[in-house]
Amino acid sequence: MKNYNVNEKGYYGEFGGAYIPEMLYPNVEELRQNYLKVMAEPEFKKEFDQLLKDYVGRPSPLYFAKRLSEKYNTKIYLKREDLNHTGAHKINNTIGQILMAKRLGKHRIIAETGAGQHGVATATVCALMGLECIVYMGEIDIKRQAPNVARMKMLGATVIPALSGSRTLKDATNEAIRDWINNPVNTHYIIGSAIGPHPYPDMVTKFQSVISEEIKWQLKEHEGRENPDYVVACIGGGSNAAGTYYHYLHEDDVNIIAVEAAGLGVDSGESAATSVLGKEGIIHGCKTLLMQTNDGQITEPYSISAGLDYPGVGPMHAHLCKTGRAEFMAITDDDAMTSGLELCKLEGIIPAIESSHALAIFEHKTFEPDDVIVMSLSGRGDKDLNTYINYFNL
Amino acid sequence: MNRINQKLQENKKLLSIYFTAGYPSINDTVSIIQKLEKNGVDMIEIGLPFSDPLADGPTIQTSSTQALKNGMTSEILFDQLKDIRQSVTIPLIIMGYFNPMFQYGVEAFCKKCQEIGIDGLIIPDLPVDVYHEKYQAIFEKYGLINVFLITPQTSDERIRYIDSISDGFIYMVSSASTTGAKVGFGEEQTQYFERIGSMNLKNPQIVGFGISNNQTFTQATQYAKGAIIGSAFLKHVTNQGVNSIDKFVKSILN
Repeated sequence: MKNYNVNEKGYYGEFGGAYIPEMLYPNVEELRQNYLKVMAEPEFKKEFDQLLKDYVGRPSPLYFAKRLSEKYNTKIYLKREDLNHTGAHKINNTIGQILMAKRLGKHRIIAETGAGQHGVATATVCALMGLECIVYMGEIDIKRQAPNVARMKMLGATVIPALSGSRTLKDATNEAIRDWINNPVNTHYIIGSAIGPHPYPDMVTKFQSVISEEIKWQLKEHEGRENPDYVVACIGGGSNAAGTYYHYLHEDDVNIIAVEAAGLGVDSGESAATSVLGKEGIIHGCKTLLMQTNDGQITEPYSISAGLDYPGVGPMHAHLCKTGRAEFMAITDDDAMTSGLELCKLEGIIPAIESSHALAIFEHKTFEPDDVIVMSLSGRGDKDLNTYINYFNL
Repeated sequence: MNRINQKLQENKKLLSIYFTAGYPSINDTVSIIQKLEKNGVDMIEIGLPFSDPLADGPTIQTSSTQALKNGMTSEILFDQLKDIRQSVTIPLIIMGYFNPMFQYGVEAFCKKCQEIGIDGLIIPDLPVDVYHEKYQAIFEKYGLINVFLITPQTSDERIRYIDSISDGFIYMVSSASTTGAKVGFGEEQTQYFERIGSMNLKNPQIVGFGISNNQTFTQATQYAKGAIIGSAFLKHVTNQGVNSIDKFVKSILN
């Protein structure tokens, strides 16, 4: 059987690894040597599970979307990560990593953020633990996502604008990495997605894997079986997708669908569909698929959804794409917005625009009436109200 | 013998200068190299610009962004350098991030370097282990020295390992920082330099990061075979232009 998990050298097939400057080696190596050990400690697990339950509000419901299912003549379940504290799946990972940071004796936390969801989730856990929090955010994103910037500040975080390059998520990540180079001893970097040098993609995936762990027993209650016919998630860097797929990676009867942002269209020049437009290369410390020029310069992606607006994809997903284990679909801004509004009307749920991309696949792919589809509703749409308002002239 | 190793045998402290190719304007590459040699610089690091230079501070980031805007690519750089050995004899090193080389094709890149007369490469985000496993044979086939970095946080054990697979020199990063972030050396640095000095490594060390003037150059080379200046040089070029390179080099060496 094929292995879709990380191997002992930190690779998923040919993707992954730790392509980092020597300045970062001690930090990353310290984490690599300790993360599995720490995560296996009964005390760590207990604290992690307890916080997920009492603070985050897990388990998140697995909700049978009846009217949506009727419309598309199939059986659709939504995994309600939008109901988590702070409004998205991001908190699963930040809870795990803040506990990891404490075990490693770090008292200064840094993070990158695009739309601000991961920044808010990081600021939240830092407040919870009383640790210093610095969030790097592209100058352009700071302007676009003012409410989340205010949230982070209210939670006690310092938000530093990334002024280099295109001043968006990619550059915020560069700045966070530079901060870590300059503060190698006391600082832990909480990466928000399933990207970065090994062991980050694996660690983030494992913290997020609570999503599919819950789906298994919840689906059994609903349908009498643990395995759906499809698991579906949207993919930027790919952390909610990694968590949604994790316990199904080696279940052959479960089809995996990954939904990328096509932006204005895959061939429009304004897109974030990495699996189509990307080539193998190195970004933010790992070998993966990324959007780049022929000369190897990393290019700027585009999506209406800030959470999917990233030029790479996590190495696990690059491997799932290359091996054909996952089917990749690309959804445009327009289709995502329409499907997002449709979920509001049909189910009374306002989804994050990231999640709306996943919802839009039903317009492009036909499922059997008795197919069971579990889709990760990764976040709620509150943060996107302005975009919805402007798009639909509400 | 590789020009880098020849240069390291000279009985003097070496001044190496880094500049970003394609900055301030795209056609400055050759004239900057010639001016640096003419004014007594011992070795040059030609920076291949990258969109996302993780280990660099604002000065090198800005110059890289500008160089890319100016249109610099690997192919153009190689083309500019194709006759460089007709006028320049000091060691030339290309310093850049791995992705552009990876896209060019590592072997094709190395082959091109050899044809031009490049002596070595510095690739901060190519890990030692990956180099050793996958690329060392290719570098050696084309006579290229790959220079590795060590930092104050690098363990003795790892320094010994890096020393064992190194040729030429070891790039001793003076402090835990990105380029251009800190200026000058404190007690922490001198202790670190002394610690490395006492390890009796087989490869000499050249200090980089934090060197900007005659004083810091002299300080650094008390403990090492030479020193590298990057950000301070780029700042000078930005403020005073390519034609005042002689002034900068003289201010360091005098």
